[in-house]
Amino acid sequence: MITPEVTATATAPGRPRGGLVNVPKRFLPVIATFVVFVATFGVGSVRYEGFASGQVMANLFIDNAFLIVLAVGMTFVILTGGIDLSVGSVVALSTMIAASALQAGWPAWLVVVTVLATGSALGLAMGWVIHRFGVQPFIVTLAGMFLARGLCFVISVESVSIKDPAFRELATGSIELPGGVTITYGVVIALVTVLAAVYVLHLTRFGRTVYAVGGSESSARLMGLATTRVKVGVYVISGFCSALGGLLFSLYMLSGYSLHAVGMELDAIAAVVVGGSLLSGGVGFVIGSVVGVLVLGTIQTLISFEGTLSSWWTKIVIGALLLAFIALQRIIVRRT
Amino acid sequence: MTEPVVDMRGISVEFPGVKALQEVDFRLFPGEVHALMGENGAGKSTLIKALTGVHRIAAGEVRYAGERVSFSAPAEAQAAGISTVYQEVNLCGNLTVAENILLGREPRKLGRIDGKAMRARAAELLARIGLHIDPGSVLESHPIAVQQLVAIARAVAVDARVLVLDEPTSSLDADEVAELFRIIRVLRDEGVAVLFVTHFLEQVYEISDRMTVLRNGRLVGEHMTAALSRIDLVSAMLGREMGVLEEIERRSGTPGEPLLVAEGLGRKGSVAPFDLEIRKGEVVGLAGLLGSGRTEVARLLFGADKADSGRLLVDGKQVRLTGPRAAIEAGVAFSSEDRKAEGIVADLSVRDNLILAMQAARGWARPVPRKLADELVAKYIELLDIRPADPDRAVGNLSGGNQQKVLLARWLVTQPKLLILDEPTRGIDVGAKAQIQKVVADLAAEGMAVLFISAELEEVVRVSDRVVVMRDRQKVAELDGEVGVDDVMALIAGGGDHGVDQGVEKAVAS
Ligand SMILES: Nc1ncnc2c1ncn2[C@@H]1O[C@H](COP(=O)(O)OP(=O)(O)OP(=O)(O)O)[C@@H](O)[C@H]1O
Ligand SMILES: [Mg+2]
Repeated sequence: MITPEVTATATAPGRPRGGLVNVPKRFLPVIATFVVFVATFGVGSVRYEGFASGQVMANLFIDNAFLIVLAVGMTFVILTGGIDLSVGSVVALSTMIAASALQAGWPAWLVVVTVLATGSALGLAMGWVIHRFGVQPFIVTLAGMFLARGLCFVISVESVSIKDPAFRELATGSIELPGGVTITYGVVIALVTVLAAVYVLHLTRFGRTVYAVGGSESSARLMGLATTRVKVGVYVISGFCSALGGLLFSLYMLSGYSLHAVGMELDAIAAVVVGGSLLSGGVGFVIGSVVGVLVLGTIQTLISFEGTLSSWWTKIVIGALLLAFIALQRIIVRRT
Repeated sequence: MTEPVVDMRGISVEFPGVKALQEVDFRLFPGEVHALMGENGAGKSTLIKALTGVHRIAAGEVRYAGERVSFSAPAEAQAAGISTVYQEVNLCGNLTVAENILLGREPRKLGRIDGKAMRARAAELLARIGLHIDPGSVLESHPIAVQQLVAIARAVAVDARVLVLDEPTSSLDADEVAELFRIIRVLRDEGVAVLFVTHFLEQVYEISDRMTVLRNGRLVGEHMTAALSRIDLVSAMLGREMGVLEEIERRSGTPGEPLLVAEGLGRKGSVAPFDLEIRKGEVVGLAGLLGSGRTEVARLLFGADKADSGRLLVDGKQVRLTGPRAAIEAGVAFSSEDRKAEGIVADLSVRDNLILAMQAARGWARPVPRKLADELVAKYIELLDIRPADPDRAVGNLSGGNQQKVLLARWLVTQPKLLILDEPTRGIDVGAKAQIQKVVADLAAEGMAVLFISAELEEVVRVSDRVVVMRDRQKVAELDGEVGVDDVMALIAGGGDHGVDQGVEKAVAS
């Protein structure tokens, strides 16, 4: 008799074919990024004395805390298949608002709330336009980028330094970890953001819908999922993260300036892509983006250790790495 | 009689330049299975989408459970108790099977998704429809038929008052269909109203209590299934008498030279090594259950999967298929079963889709003359009866069956030497199906070799000169074209003992 059972063995992908480690294929890009990170760090440790210290590692986080936060927000957007070009300008706008409001004597908490609200509102506006009028996210966020940058100049053309004691204390304060390694409060904030993002993406309905929209928006809609909320929501999250990143950046620089963070959106996008997310959406992990930031940061550190190399080398290496990663992605996508 | 749970009156739906539905009335009662019938493009899917809030209704009103409703998004219809499986698999391939079944209603613990409970629940729901796959596996790693079953599992996972199934059985085998019908009957007896669309008349007569027939976006009539004969149903759908199915002429005389010869071709974990010969001017059918390896054979011959044993000769010369490109160069075309993922470019027009294929076949150096292109496009639109016969319409806006025809046309214009067709008549109405079968026969008569894969045995037996039977990823038999459906069926099912059919048995029915 025919059994009414279908035990379909998946034809090709998904399952590893032999091999020792049993990792699902979707983790491969993240693991690859991690391997690249360890390798670059290893190269540094072999070449330079004092490179392989805990503090160099900690500095990686300290110098890139704001970028980690930006990459987290960007990951949400890219997972839905969108893109957010406004993040760099929003960072600048946030430093500008923070610095000038503090100069005007606002209390620190109010400044923080205002900055975060402004970033989120900008994200909301962009998300709404993208959704409501079906405009390409590229165009809308490009407009947002000009708008935010323009607003910076409206506030002030000059660099405004931050003298508020609360801010300064937060900026210079450090936490000592076992082993004499110190980190800043900014690192803590960034790591908390990462944890929150992982939680939201993997353990909430909103997060899973982000992946569903990236996989197939029309299917997600027909499945009755809250696609509108998600499509707009990711830009709010990205706006919020940009503002938070801006606050961290103003702590790092202790100033607000219209020309801060020019091109930083591209660093964030690069980190996300290097971290294994596909620009077409639906595939990627926040952790990957964090490792992506660390890879970019390590390259920068290497070059500063080298001393003689111009910082342009960083750009060249980052460019080469990006290309290599996109090639790797293509291979993986094609084999699925 | 009880009140209808869905009552649609005078429904009109318009798209730019098309009146997809005009003043259609439709009623659905609790505890009945209602078949919605009509040719490709008649407006069946549009009526369903008008009900569930995907399309805006231009005129008319919808009553649901006695109240006037107008859903503005599928989510609202779903929340109100209308559970729908849309035509084509509308799931997210990048997520796991469990997520696809339960997305939007995952079991939660303290506000967060409980992954373990979710997989357990999904496994339960899958078992209910007789599907045993790992709920944690990624959906797109499964063949299209399994995805279709997953979509059904999703729809029956909720307590719905109305279950809508738009061509849920198009890529399923007899057994899965039987399983689905068992579930439908259980739901019907519980009082659920089931709306069912299919182009398989036997299925309609087996499962439905009542039917509504549409033609060209208009209502033709509502009938009790028992009171309407097949002949009457078909003429209601077509609007004319359908001629007796033209017997496909068996080409007398021996087929030509062997075009493709596979010797011990195989791939671990996919298909056991097999021999196969396809001659010029011959249609070879490939029959087998879902998961028996029929699609895998096609993928090996097309180079979509790489063989790890055996060799392949095309036109007497050994070829190494490094990928689909190499196969296309060798004159092999493969129309895949998954049109959504790898078939057509939905945003381009019918003409552009065909020209794209022609251009790819000719190479970039030789542009297709405009006049030739127009001629060919017109020819295939007519040959396959693509409706509306408008070459400038975006393929994505055609009905499901007509998209399938465009996909077929795309391969035909490249004039391959060997045409591999995987489920070419999936989702195609009775009239057009006969048409396509005839086109296949004509192409073979002109010397093309065809490998014809279909879950529908009648069809395979009808068009093929030879039938190859697959079971458990092995080739188990090769039969000549005069065999009956029952013989093939018996071989497909097998004796249940898997050890016996090691060697290829040559079972020729007499
Ligand atoms: N989004 C759209 N834009 C424009 N026209 C459309 C759209 N969707 C459907 N149509 C048109 O509406 C008509 C009805 O299509 P529909 O999909 O309802 O047919 P169907 O009865 O489901 O056919 P099939 O059996 O092939 O699935 C067709 O002429 C089709 O071209
Ligand atoms: Mg349809």
